[in-house]
Amino acid sequence: MAIGTAAGLFSGLFGVGGGTVIVPLLVLWLAYGEREATGTSLATIVFIAAFATAVQAAYGNVRLLDGLLVGVPAVGGVMIGTWCQQRLATRSIALLFAAVLVAAAVELLLE
Amino acid sequence: MIAAIAIGLAAGVLGGLLGIGGGVLFVPGLVIFLGLSQHQAEATSLLAIVPVALVGALAQDRRGNVCRPDALRMGALSIVGAAAGVALANVLSGAVLRTAFALLILLIAAQLVRRTPKNDPNAPKKA
Repeated sequence: MAIGTAAGLFSGLFGVGGGTVIVPLLVLWLAYGEREATGTSLATIVFIAAFATAVQAAYGNVRLLDGLLVGVPAVGGVMIGTWCQQRLATRSIALLFAAVLVAAAVELLLE
Repeated sequence: MIAAIAIGLAAGVLGGLLGIGGGVLFVPGLVIFLGLSQHQAEATSLLAIVPVALVGALAQDRRGNVCRPDALRMGALSIVGAAAGVALANVLSGAVLRTAFALLILLIAAQLVRRTPKNDPNAPKKA
């Protein structure tokens, strides 16, 4: 299962979960449905992120307090977001979010 | 401290809405609003992802959407990749890593626009 290794590399390099890699590969290579791919990807990310955090901690890069201050409220945020998803038109939100990402990319390039 | 909580909440809400991982927003949020270096932001983002993914995975597992054997296998095999990715990140300079990350989120933005057509058959019924 090359997916795990590739996702780990991607996640470790960029500090993201790896779902961007895992979900499409599960759908394409293993004929997963969208829901099963998302669920299984999340479970895999728990392992990937925990392990990558440990390695980054060895490099002294992890800011423990900031990580918890961001991560714990994010759990509540995801619940709110998931709840709203059933009740909102996601098209406009997706476009807004894409615009936020572009703005963040420009900001990072200018730093 | 308030900025960190705001980043977490906002990233969580957007992630839940759009099915995008929080890390894509945690990293730029930590760099831009908390002034962390790219390396610190990526490392801290990984830590922040753990509780989010854990709660999400448990919820999905209850609905029977987690294929446990595959998740365990991929998780185990990711260890080598994750160690290599972190090592690679740490040999790159902050500027190079930041530029690569900026290109990554531009790609994700493009993908997001492309995969949500106006008449999405999977769009919520009450849209």
